[in-house]
Amino acid sequence: MFAGVTELVQLLTPDGRRTTAASASGPEAEYQAHVADVTDDELVGLLRDMTIVRRLDDEGTALQRQGELSLWASLRGQEAAQIGSGRALGPDDMAFPSYREHGVAWCRGVDPLNVFGLFRGSSLGGWDPQEHGFALYAIVVGSQTLHATGYAMGVTRDHGEGAVISYFGDGASSEGDVSEAFGWASVFSAPLVFFCQNNQWAISEPYRRQSRVPVYQRARGFGFPSVRVDGNDVLATLAVTRWALQQARAGAGPVLVEALTYRINPHTTADDPSRYRPADELSTWRRRDPLDRLRTYLRARDVLTDELESSIAAEADAVAADLRARCLALPDPPEDSVFDHVQVTENSLVATERAAYTDLRGALL
Amino acid sequence: MTTSEMATGPAAGAPANTARQAAVDTAVDAGPRPAGTAASLGREGTGGGTAAGNGAAPGRRAAAAVVDGSGTAGEGSARRTLTLAKALNTGLLAAMQADPKTVIMGEDVGKLGGVFRITDGLQELFGEERVIDTPLAESAIVGTAIGLAMRGFRPVCEIQFDGFVYPAFDQIVSQLAKMHYRSAGRVRLPVTIRIPYGGGIGAVEHHSESPEAYFCHTAGLRVVTCSNPADAHLMIQQAVASDDPVIFLEPKRRYWEKGEVDTTPLADLPADLRTGLHSARVVRPGEDATVVAYGPMVRTCLDAAEVAAAEDGRSLEVIDLRSLSPLDLDPVIESTRRTGRLVAVHEAPSNVSLSSEIAARVTEQAFYHLEAPVLRVTGFDTPYPPARLEDHYLPDVDRILDAVDRSFGY
Ligand SMILES: Cc1ncc(C[n+]2csc(CCOP(=O)(O)OP(=O)(O)O)c2C)c(N)n1
Ligand SMILES: [Mg+2]
Repeated sequence: MFAGVTELVQLLTPDGRRTTAASASGPEAEYQAHVADVTDDELVGLLRDMTIVRRLDDEGTALQRQGELSLWASLRGQEAAQIGSGRALGPDDMAFPSYREHGVAWCRGVDPLNVFGLFRGSSLGGWDPQEHGFALYAIVVGSQTLHATGYAMGVTRDHGEGAVISYFGDGASSEGDVSEAFGWASVFSAPLVFFCQNNQWAISEPYRRQSRVPVYQRARGFGFPSVRVDGNDVLATLAVTRWALQQARAGAGPVLVEALTYRINPHTTADDPSRYRPADELSTWRRRDPLDRLRTYLRARDVLTDELESSIAAEADAVAADLRARCLALPDPPEDSVFDHVQVTENSLVATERAAYTDLRGALL
Repeated sequence: MTTSEMATGPAAGAPANTARQAAVDTAVDAGPRPAGTAASLGREGTGGGTAAGNGAAPGRRAAAAVVDGSGTAGEGSARRTLTLAKALNTGLLAAMQADPKTVIMGEDVGKLGGVFRITDGLQELFGEERVIDTPLAESAIVGTAIGLAMRGFRPVCEIQFDGFVYPAFDQIVSQLAKMHYRSAGRVRLPVTIRIPYGGGIGAVEHHSESPEAYFCHTAGLRVVTCSNPADAHLMIQQAVASDDPVIFLEPKRRYWEKGEVDTTPLADLPADLRTGLHSARVVRPGEDATVVAYGPMVRTCLDAAEVAAAEDGRSLEVIDLRSLSPLDLDPVIESTRRTGRLVAVHEAPSNVSLSSEIAARVTEQAFYHLEAPVLRVTGFDTPYPPARLEDHYLPDVDRILDAVDRSFGY
């Protein structure tokens, strides 16, 4: 069963209209069923999530400019892909992110201060993967897809309840690790959703430099189903991810979801896209803004009022202000923490180096 | 991530460790250090005035000016002041002109010119067939370079950051390094793998590592690293011209440091300069103790030598290894025999490292001249820490001078 071979699953059009079950043909109707229970309040909740993570993202960029973070990788444009998929996850599910999934981290209850601490250079991670069902960020592109595959194989062997989701980018799809993860997940029927955010760029390289076929079609050769969803449509992303997780939990094996979206900002704060990216492409995608789409839909139905919208904005500002204050107050880690947690058992060489360095610092101060 | 990105430089708020370090920083700001010495010139001569002449063909000069944009090439002279990054760029340009079979390949090397702009402007000059933006796959970058080399090409691969070379590890150590041996010399693989390495720029994880020992441990590879713009310009051309595979390590935190460069293309240089890839060099002569380093730590050791002279009245001889495999230890042994004391410095951890090898060999060959054991100043045997702690992890002037003090304590 290969769902949505050519379609782009869309439940909210870019101008904010809902594709109804009646107008939806084929697989779309199936995905509709997965969000039939979503209430207006829950839709407002998705808007709130997206507004907050966008606001946090702007704060990341600002703090980097002010020298408080050494780098920031912006998620702007990908809020719907991250919140739609992140909110599809249940407490027993486990997510394996890359380094841009700040929105998913938010959904998993990770304190954004931990994410900021990583980009500030205060820590290498900072959250407990088990506690949040959210693994550490993976900077080595593609590596996490294999961890997710192994974790999912473990879920099968444990007769566990949850499913696993692995995030990765369009560029990452070229790494050998990702192809190997596809192969393994397939032959072991791993309860795993491969979730590719195709934001169309891998730093300066457009997706056509990675493959001649769309990302989602690559699952076919590995023998598992895939679907391409409009990644700027939070409702469709929620529906498709719910469907995919259900498949995985039911023992049907892996699913590949390609969320088609766009990286609005530079790759990171250190990047200069004017060197490689056509300006008109950016303006096209700005018109497909994921937040505007949901806002328009909710406004047309009088669910979103001026009052509600400003209260969401005020909440987002408050979350960002609190985060900023805590980020500025973040102390540098104690200097001898360099030697902590190198391994579980004590390593005599590290212990010797710790002692020598402590002596030297004592002598210098 | 790429911090690619790192063009932004170090994170704010990393204070100099001590007053001693602060004094050094001021001294560094005050102006460039003396470059090569007479001693070094006698040996291989890249550091100072060589008899290089002005052999650059007009076409070459013109192309260089296009890339540079500044047109700084002086009338009738091939000397220019360049950053280390620009010196590599200019050297690569010359290598591309010298051999039409030379191709550059890597992530973001074409249109973007690389995240550090080392290949800036080269795709414009040489086209997409010769400057290739590759898919995001390091194993494939090196694996396909091997195939291209078997087909007569001379690939120059860029690995975006030190921490991303490991997906290519099999292709480097089991394939690239061994093909010549396996084919009983029938196959040559003139592949250069450029890797920005080392810390000190406030980067996120996997962007500050020093992986040189893995490659030095592998027979069949040459491993070299430059520490200044003049060497960068010459050594990258020597590496590309080499018929052996070369791991070319670039000290990323020194990319923006400037120095005078003789931009005469390799082909127009005297024969001994065309092949000097394996030689170490004395960068500061001294009498009381020898300090050996390479890549990013050479500058730090020169700073330490300055402080030792000013504060302790000690004269340190500083040697830049330049070649890590094979090692050219003759200048180190000769120097140690004179001074009786040796301190080896690198950013990489100490365990089974370059300094382990240096200590063993110097002990074998200069034992009766040693007044103290060979001491080492290295990164710790921990993973590279978060950036806010890297000033503690990385050897600095204080730790180097502490080792020198300890050496004199024997
Ligand atoms: C193995 C590896 N190689 C190279 C890099 C440097 N790098 C960081 S992000 C990136 C591009 C990734 O593109 P994509 O997978 O599309 O994710 P996006 O950044 O667009 O979210 C590259 C080349 C890396 N982090 N890891
Ligand atoms: Mg991408």
